[in-house]
Amino acid sequence: MKLELGFIQIKDIQFSNECAVKDGILYVNADDVKAFVYENDDVKAYIESIELDIAKPGESVRITPVKDVIEPRVKVEGPGGIFPGVVSKVDTVGSGKTHVLKGMAVVTAGKIVGFQEGIIDMTGTGAQYTPFSKTLNLVLVVKPVAGTKQHDYERAVRFAGLRAATFIGELGRNLVPDETKTYETYGVIEGYNKLPGLPRVGYLHMLQTQGLLHDTYVYGVDAKRIVATLLNPTETMDGAILSGNCVSACDKNTTYHHLNNPVVAELFEQHGKTINYVCNIITNENVYLADKQRGSDWAAKLTKLLDLDAVIVSEEGFGNPDADLIMNCVKNEKQGIKTVLITDEYAGQDGKSQSLADSDPLADAVVSGGNANMVIVLPPMDKVIGTLDFVDVIAGGHAGSLRPDGSIEAELQVITGATNEMGFNCMSAR
Amino acid sequence: MSYRVVHYINQFFANVGGEEMAHIAPELREGKVGPGLAFETQWKGEAVIVNTIVCGDSYFAEHEKEAKEQILAWVKEINPDLFIAGPAFNAGRYGYACANIALEVQTVLDIPVLTGMYKENPGADMKDKILIVETANSAAGMRKAAPTMAKLAMKLMKGEELAASCVDGYLPNGIRRNFFEKERGAKRAVKMLLAKLNDQPFVTEFPMPDFDRVEPGKAIADMSKATVALCTSGGIVPKGNPDHIESSSASHYGEYDIEGVETLTAEGWATAHGGYDPVYANDEPNRVLPVDVLRQMEKEGKIGKLHRYFYTTVGNGTAVASSKAFAAEYAQKLLRDGVHAVIMTST
Repeated sequence: MKLELGFIQIKDIQFSNECAVKDGILYVNADDVKAFVYENDDVKAYIESIELDIAKPGESVRITPVKDVIEPRVKVEGPGGIFPGVVSKVDTVGSGKTHVLKGMAVVTAGKIVGFQEGIIDMTGTGAQYTPFSKTLNLVLVVKPVAGTKQHDYERAVRFAGLRAATFIGELGRNLVPDETKTYETYGVIEGYNKLPGLPRVGYLHMLQTQGLLHDTYVYGVDAKRIVATLLNPTETMDGAILSGNCVSACDKNTTYHHLNNPVVAELFEQHGKTINYVCNIITNENVYLADKQRGSDWAAKLTKLLDLDAVIVSEEGFGNPDADLIMNCVKNEKQGIKTVLITDEYAGQDGKSQSLADSDPLADAVVSGGNANMVIVLPPMDKVIGTLDFVDVIAGGHAGSLRPDGSIEAELQVITGATNEMGFNCMSAR
Repeated sequence: MSYRVVHYINQFFANVGGEEMAHIAPELREGKVGPGLAFETQWKGEAVIVNTIVCGDSYFAEHEKEAKEQILAWVKEINPDLFIAGPAFNAGRYGYACANIALEVQTVLDIPVLTGMYKENPGADMKDKILIVETANSAAGMRKAAPTMAKLAMKLMKGEELAASCVDGYLPNGIRRNFFEKERGAKRAVKMLLAKLNDQPFVTEFPMPDFDRVEPGKAIADMSKATVALCTSGGIVPKGNPDHIESSSASHYGEYDIEGVETLTAEGWATAHGGYDPVYANDEPNRVLPVDVLRQMEKEGKIGKLHRYFYTTVGNGTAVASSKAFAAEYAQKLLRDGVHAVIMTST
């Protein structure tokens, strides 16, 4: 399957009475965005109001509580549309041509959903830990109707963000990209013949599916209900996988991460040179032991069936999914498939505790996204998009996290994307 | 004014002699001797070695108590800003002496200490107790070891916070520290994978720990006489979370009285846990902490009685060391109160 991505560099976002991208500047009419977002039953039912705001790199702005981050994209050639099975029809995506509005993101924020929403600071200490201090952010502050249950609110916010990103992405349909890049993987026999002798490598992509607001969606399917299956890597670039979860902000994979999966990108870098990148295998992280056994068995069955030599395994979340991570590692290693794991650590504020909830000597190649328990102090910001009301109770906060001067003392957990387990960042720990 | 340093070396590096002179007792010399020059060169006057202590390796091994007493007395008198030992490279007895005398100075005198040696030196077993800079396995590695040790020594003297072990050059000491790599994690993972595929060396960023496994306790023969306590990591607390147990990475646990409580109501109880959708737990807190069922069993005589207090915390993102400390504390209370069994619920 072959996909061409056309990157349109966005240099600025401004509110306007029209919606357009001109000379790299995104002009946004907030009412038009809202009108499109509201064309959805859940948004209509559960969302009282949506406010739009803009946050730019370097500004003294704090966005919180952050729910999801999404990159606007539009499919311009080939079957299907962006976010298949959710916003677009369910056609298989990942081929043809897709335009990407690069350098910006749609961020959803608002009154807390679970406890696990994040903080994005556009400057200061916090900014160096989140990738979204470097993007121009169009923020939707989404307020629920009084009495809305958390899961209804979560779903409505999710749709609001995806629809807003779809609307913005559509503005890039008829533009000429600043840069294009092509990604292609082959069928099993085709790849074997085209790249003889190169080790066959796959990506075992674990999806957060603990449930109760820890969910991920694949073509609109709740990934709790999937068994391990195959995906062309390019499908993820068209929004086949969506975040619907409220796991700790630091190590949840936002939809932006799924669209820009760094493991996929780095494997493509080596594809045809040092490796034959065969495909992605997605599996879930359900909470029951039987599900964990089945999930890891099936993942290992598929890697064997594809005659892979090695896999990279990425985790999402922590604690309970550590068990899935280790099972995925051990079952592959035992059948002779070499593994490298990407995880993060919960080593305590003092760094002295064991970092994972499970371990095995076969897990001898691990990349760490850093210790999420590390305490940081975030300086006060001139402007807050959203509300500071929940800083003390989000995961990583504690009573008194929010200080009278507006500064925040909390664990790194509170920062959106800080210890990402797809290896999106440079941070690590030793 | 410069920082003042005491340096510990063996007979060989003091140019006294080799194995035949390993028996010499500790002696105190003025200023730097031997490898001390390399440190001073790096410090450029910011720190000076005021005294060097020379001790034979055999002497230290065979008269450890006396050697420690003598050296400690000198160091106490001199009261330096730092005590530095070695580096010992792969010399086993020298490494042992460096590590042990450094630990003694650190523990007894509360003076910052630093040593250096090859990672397989027996003295390196002490890496979790004192800072040990990793060196090559022979003295040829001095050129590389001196700047690393000198730089880390200066940090210690200035009271600066340590960076990660791989940044500051010390052997991993069980304390995980964050830092920024030059390449993102996914790229490092692919590189590691290529090395592993090609049977080339690679270094894991997180060596797997040895887990302690707990043997299950003995079965209770007669539950109808047992006092049973409920404990949970599911975060059930009196509504309003009066003790402010954190939604993740809990710093404490709560102890709550359920005397006379037949069932946990939505009006009186809720979860503080931030790791799951709280709706179902808040609607019916017994789902997480089954007080209703235990009361029923109490009435039916299936258990002796339900203990008056329950202990609760939030398991979400909470360090194992913290959980262990909580349980170690309240387990004593349960023992004191004559509790026979605990039902521990998670989420």
